[in-house]
Amino acid sequence: MRRQMESLRMADTVWIGTRKGAFALRPDARRRTYRLIGPQFLGHIIHHIVADPRDPKSLLMAAKTGHLGPTVFRSTDRGRIWVEATQPPAFRKAADGETPKAVTRVFWLTPGHPSEPGCWYAGTSPAGLFRSDDGGARWEPVAGFNDHPMHPKWAPSLATPDGELLHSILVDPRDRLHQYLAISIGGVFESTDGGRDWAPLNEGVAADFMPDPNVPFGHDPHCVVMHPLHPDRLYQQNHCGIYRIDRPSRRWVRIGEAMPKSIGDVGFPVVLDAADPDVAWVLPMDGTKVWPRTSIRGRPAVYATRNSGRSWRRLDRGLPPANAWFTVLRQAMCADRRSSPSLYFGTTAGEVWVGTNGGANWRRVAQHLPEIYSVTVAA
Amino acid sequence: MACTVRIASPLRSYTGGAATVPAEGATVAEVLADLERRYAGMRFRMIDEQDRIRPHIRLFAGSREVRVLGEAIGRENVLHVICALSGG
Repeated sequence: MRRQMESLRMADTVWIGTRKGAFALRPDARRRTYRLIGPQFLGHIIHHIVADPRDPKSLLMAAKTGHLGPTVFRSTDRGRIWVEATQPPAFRKAADGETPKAVTRVFWLTPGHPSEPGCWYAGTSPAGLFRSDDGGARWEPVAGFNDHPMHPKWAPSLATPDGELLHSILVDPRDRLHQYLAISIGGVFESTDGGRDWAPLNEGVAADFMPDPNVPFGHDPHCVVMHPLHPDRLYQQNHCGIYRIDRPSRRWVRIGEAMPKSIGDVGFPVVLDAADPDVAWVLPMDGTKVWPRTSIRGRPAVYATRNSGRSWRRLDRGLPPANAWFTVLRQAMCADRRSSPSLYFGTTAGEVWVGTNGGANWRRVAQHLPEIYSVTVAA
Repeated sequence: MACTVRIASPLRSYTGGAATVPAEGATVAEVLADLERRYAGMRFRMIDEQDRIRPHIRLFAGSREVRVLGEAIGRENVLHVICALSGG
């Protein structure tokens, strides 16, 4: 399927995936006003739109509709024309006696290593890892993970009502064979051989919801990020707190303990400053009682650390002071790569907010969109 | 065997907007394979990788609902592809 859209220049474009289509925001030269473009693929469920830092003209989009199966669309002209993958991510045919698995959604997209142009990874629900070597046209299962003998235990299907999600696929920029991924629920896993074998990496992470909280896997990482300049440093926003790890250590440190107790350290996204591995931003949500997962007390705020999690500062200037009960999902917050980065987040209420100067000043730049699943900015 | 396939609106992006298209095949599986040859990518949106009909898709050979892809198209020579979605 081939679709032609309004011409988009990718630089500075903010791509927005929603429950009902794709949108883009284009700032003026001074980034004072943002023009909304779209909808594209109106009615499609868009989980992720990701630009390729190795080829600025290329983008991939993970899509499905309520009726139809999952697929991937790709563009090689900055989002003007989209072409459907000829072989979308799909599990291999089940052998006799095996439980058959089918991809219900492509949830996550990650460009491959800079030395492998055209290589992309996709994460799905049920938890599957897939690889393309031709820019997203044809996808193959990564057998080392999907058929790993421990896979049924790491990712027991339908552990959560919507099925588990494979996300946060990270490729070490120093070594294409060194990779991480996360499953919600399942935990963080690491491969050092290009995906042939995997091992859990969850020591130090709480799993308060488990009968035995001291388990090697079964955790609920919501979002895991690797610093591009210091790839030994990873941050994790988990169902049970905010963590940092400095490899080769195998133990995560709960840096969310330094958050104000009245706020806690539950949330979905964690975002990094590409220039400074000590800087991270989170957007806490209400994880009390029945887990509303809304802004805490209806007063949304981003929290920033500038010292790798030893302390946190509230950033809410310009955000609603009261009665804002939205949620920001794991793919719906990002930062650009400017020296004084702007942050962007999209809400389940269909609003997009921009926080200039590292989140110091916030303003709303789009509203009335469908429920927002992802916000990404083109590199 | 020639038959007619009635295409639900969510799938008409594959058929250039056509609501009815011709196809060849004696069984539902054969007709779907022919559709895939004509409209690449269409089958996977309806049928998963384990050859199961997706949850919000219904197929009818004439007036008879199809549960297994090996079923015959039948004398009416019409396959209806229905999209059955609930919720908002």
